[in-house]
Amino acid sequence: MKFGVLINEGPYQHQASDTAYKFIEAAIEEGHEIFRVFFYHDGVNNGTRLATPPQDDRHIPNRWTELAEKHDLDLVLCVAAAQRRGMVDEDEMKRNSKDANNIAGKFRISGLGQLIEAGIQADRMITFGD
Amino acid sequence: MLHTINKSPFEKDSLKTCLRYAEKGSSVLFIEDAVYACTKGTIFEKQISDNHANISFYVLGPDLEARGLDNSNLTNNIEIIDYKGFVKLVADNEKTQNWL
Repeated sequence: MKFGVLINEGPYQHQASDTAYKFIEAAIEEGHEIFRVFFYHDGVNNGTRLATPPQDDRHIPNRWTELAEKHDLDLVLCVAAAQRRGMVDEDEMKRNSKDANNIAGKFRISGLGQLIEAGIQADRMITFGD
Repeated sequence: MLHTINKSPFEKDSLKTCLRYAEKGSSVLFIEDAVYACTKGTIFEKQISDNHANISFYVLGPDLEARGLDNSNLTNNIEIIDYKGFVKLVADNEKTQNWL
């Protein structure tokens, strides 16, 4: 079965991102397909590669990248939410004349259409947020 | 239909709202801080144990454990499940409503 996942909260401030991660891990283990993970609102902060949490804590952004590399997940940050919060990839850096980018590996920035498409294409849609 | 609740009933009205809308025979899963709704001896115990709408109640075990709770603190007729059980509930129900 195909699952679409929406995450509305950032790392380390709410359990939503952790719950979503554990859910996705279990879904893959059970043989399901993750059609897309869409990060919206503060959820886009999951996609920074500049985070340095304490060594004895889980590294939430890296954990997403690693899971995506292993299972070829599509991790999408909402572009409007990302712009507001300073989440920038190479293209956005050029487009908005910024001096740096900070997006973590395997994440990409795109529009709300990607969320709608997930809602249409996936058999199940589930939201994690506050 | 599956309903998930992630707020403590002492913090927000999600449980009350959910039970008002949940149709007969649907499933309700408590995750994150909502696991506090499952503890014995609270004012919410009756809402769950009365269960006029024949709802199946579930609670996410790891979230229960993370808050120092277990089987001995639990209201009757709530089943403890793990993340695989969570996935199965979502797969088994055509629609999921996440009360945030």
